[in-house]
Amino acid sequence: MTVESTAARKPRRSAGTKRTAAKKPPGAQPDLVQLLTPEGKRVKNGEYDAYVADITPEELRGLYRDMVLTRRFDAEATSLQRQGELGLWASLLGQEAAQIGSGRATRADDYVFPTYREHGVAWCRGVDPANLLGMFRGVNNGGWDPNSNNFHLYTIVIGSQTLHATGYAMGITKDGADSAVIAYFGDGASSQGDVAESFTFSAVYNAPVVFFCQNNQWAISEPTERQTRVPLYQRAQGYGFPGVRVDGNDVLACLAVTKWALERARRGEGPTLVEAFTYRMGAHTTSDDPTKYRADEEREAWEVKDPILRLRTYLEASNHADEGFFAELEAESEALGKRVREVVRAMPDPDRFAIFENAYADGHALVDEERAQFAAYQASFADEGEGKQR
Amino acid sequence: MTAEKMALAKAINESLRTALDSDPKVLIMGEDVGKLGGVFRVTDGLQKDFGEDRVIDTPLAESGIVGTAIGLALRGYRPVVEIQFDGFVFPAYDQIVTQLAKMHARALGKIKLPVVIRIPYGGGIGAVEHHSESPEALFAHVAGLKVVSPSNAADAYWMMQQAIHSDDPVIFFEPKRRYWDKSEVNREAIPGPLHKARVVREGTDLTLAAYGPMVKVCQEAAAAAAEEGKSLEVLDLRSMSPIDFDSVQASVEKTRRLVVVHEAPVFLGTGAEIAARITERCFYHLEAPVLRVGGYHAPYPPARLEDEYLPGLDRVLDAVDRSLAY
Ligand SMILES: Cc1ncc(C[n+]2csc(CCOP(=O)(O)OP(=O)(O)O)c2C)c(N)n1
Repeated sequence: MTVESTAARKPRRSAGTKRTAAKKPPGAQPDLVQLLTPEGKRVKNGEYDAYVADITPEELRGLYRDMVLTRRFDAEATSLQRQGELGLWASLLGQEAAQIGSGRATRADDYVFPTYREHGVAWCRGVDPANLLGMFRGVNNGGWDPNSNNFHLYTIVIGSQTLHATGYAMGITKDGADSAVIAYFGDGASSQGDVAESFTFSAVYNAPVVFFCQNNQWAISEPTERQTRVPLYQRAQGYGFPGVRVDGNDVLACLAVTKWALERARRGEGPTLVEAFTYRMGAHTTSDDPTKYRADEEREAWEVKDPILRLRTYLEASNHADEGFFAELEAESEALGKRVREVVRAMPDPDRFAIFENAYADGHALVDEERAQFAAYQASFADEGEGKQR
Repeated sequence: MTAEKMALAKAINESLRTALDSDPKVLIMGEDVGKLGGVFRVTDGLQKDFGEDRVIDTPLAESGIVGTAIGLALRGYRPVVEIQFDGFVFPAYDQIVTQLAKMHARALGKIKLPVVIRIPYGGGIGAVEHHSESPEALFAHVAGLKVVSPSNAADAYWMMQQAIHSDDPVIFFEPKRRYWDKSEVNREAIPGPLHKARVVREGTDLTLAAYGPMVKVCQEAAAAAAEEGKSLEVLDLRSMSPIDFDSVQASVEKTRRLVVVHEAPVFLGTGAEIAARITERCFYHLEAPVLRVGGYHAPYPPARLEDEYLPGLDRVLDAVDRSLAY
């Protein structure tokens, strides 16, 4: 019985897997917004060209710089994890265009709710990359003041932040302000109840929020097909707001579509779902082993769509950047890598009393009591004049 | 077949395999349990051998996983679901507490909910937040649920068999930092009852009661104390709901002192319940108040501080000294 039912089921599974693996190039899909082809050619788009029409060569170089530095930072963090300096790292390799394009579309007074992989968005918000590393090194559970850059803490529990983003956006409406909110999440997260509830709330209250789903094709070992039977962007329709699929490896398209969605939100037209169709080039995190569940060919098929290469081709072909620019950026990139290395290695372990810090804003008698017990216990070792054995 | 030495994770894997083999109604469900074999490889190879209909990769939705497991159980299946990490059970908490726990009673006992929820729990592996918590008291507090945790491979093997055979929902907490610890598993042994505590080391001066990851720490503490001439008894509780108070009482009547040890915060934790009950049952036997060693009333700290937070040898021995000083 077991054998029979397995056999009957198998073809469906392999068909599902194949659908991802053998997908036509994103450019060939009619429902994919693209402004730069994988070959680096600028293509016209009637609806979204307007949002990048006045972009200057300097701004284009800026987007390129952002992506290169973000990738460099990410690579440095990955190797720091390999060297034992970080406990874990969630790499964004391959998702630079989705993050930089959308991140650069935000205004300073907008508010961003990330997952745990939005290092490129953090970069756009002016968060010091070094701050992102504390949590992965294990010296804190956050590491920055969300209000200093309107960039919320990383959220590890899948999907939770989409509701926070919606509530924040509802608050903006109540205040009569014209800023907007953007919430990031993955294709896997789209299965969570919290995400469905955030769609409901944002639609019902017409909240100025942009849901930015980076469909990187995988949720750890599970392909998008294990989360949905319709393209993710189409989900929005059922809730009563627009959904758009954009080439997530095309930084210009991501910038344009996100600008459009944020402007809609600001005008009081409510939420939008943007699905950035992209690919996670690396492992899910440094503790994952993708060889257990996905084929090398799939990665190779996506390599030719690299977001950085494609903008470089365009910059060179249109004479928007010269050798000097690339050389300078290379040096800057090296310097960033060096700085990140140094900062991480110099990051001290937290004071042991940090355990009790900020458990409450107004204080708590039990915490005070336990802190005092902890102090007395620590002091008992100091008296003996010897280190604490473990 | 005689006893084999295997890691705790492997013992659970073997136990699941045995259950899948012997009962076609048993299903494995969870995120990444299929091809990947789970993030801890506890379900490694099961999908390959039993197919996608029996070992089911689910969408990334814990409420969905538990809610549909309830429906499958109502239909006669015996789902064993995996929650990837302790901190991710809360999206499913509503289904577990408001539905799974109460349905048997609401149906006048006419329906059974043989659902096992596997949760790798506890700290000590240097993980990021939500990956190191010990929420067992939150489940033990809910009537209708049974809550257990093995501390070694043999128990892991047998307790999983028993949990799957149970007609009640069982929350099965797996001590993730012991996943790679090896011990003997004898598949032909006749196991003791699922909810019975076990004396893992005999002693006369004081009882250490623990479960899951802290049993090993208590055994080490007892060994260290022995060098100082103190004889500690170590009890592995194995079950947090129900708790085998008879075994704890028997031990305390002998040693007259009790220290309860767990990773979870002490405040309103499993140890508090044991302290209260044992004080009632053994009031005239006790030479010292029941002491508790555990986590603080603070969020689980970042990895670099977890050694300060988690009870280690020293904190256990410190409590032993305090108890003996009464
Ligand atoms: C509620 C919850 N369940 C499970 C996990 C474990 N987990 C961490 S990341 C992940 C996959 C997420 O996939 P996706 O949403 O597509 O985002 P991606 O990591 O691919 O960017 C899982 C299952 C979690 N963090 N939170």
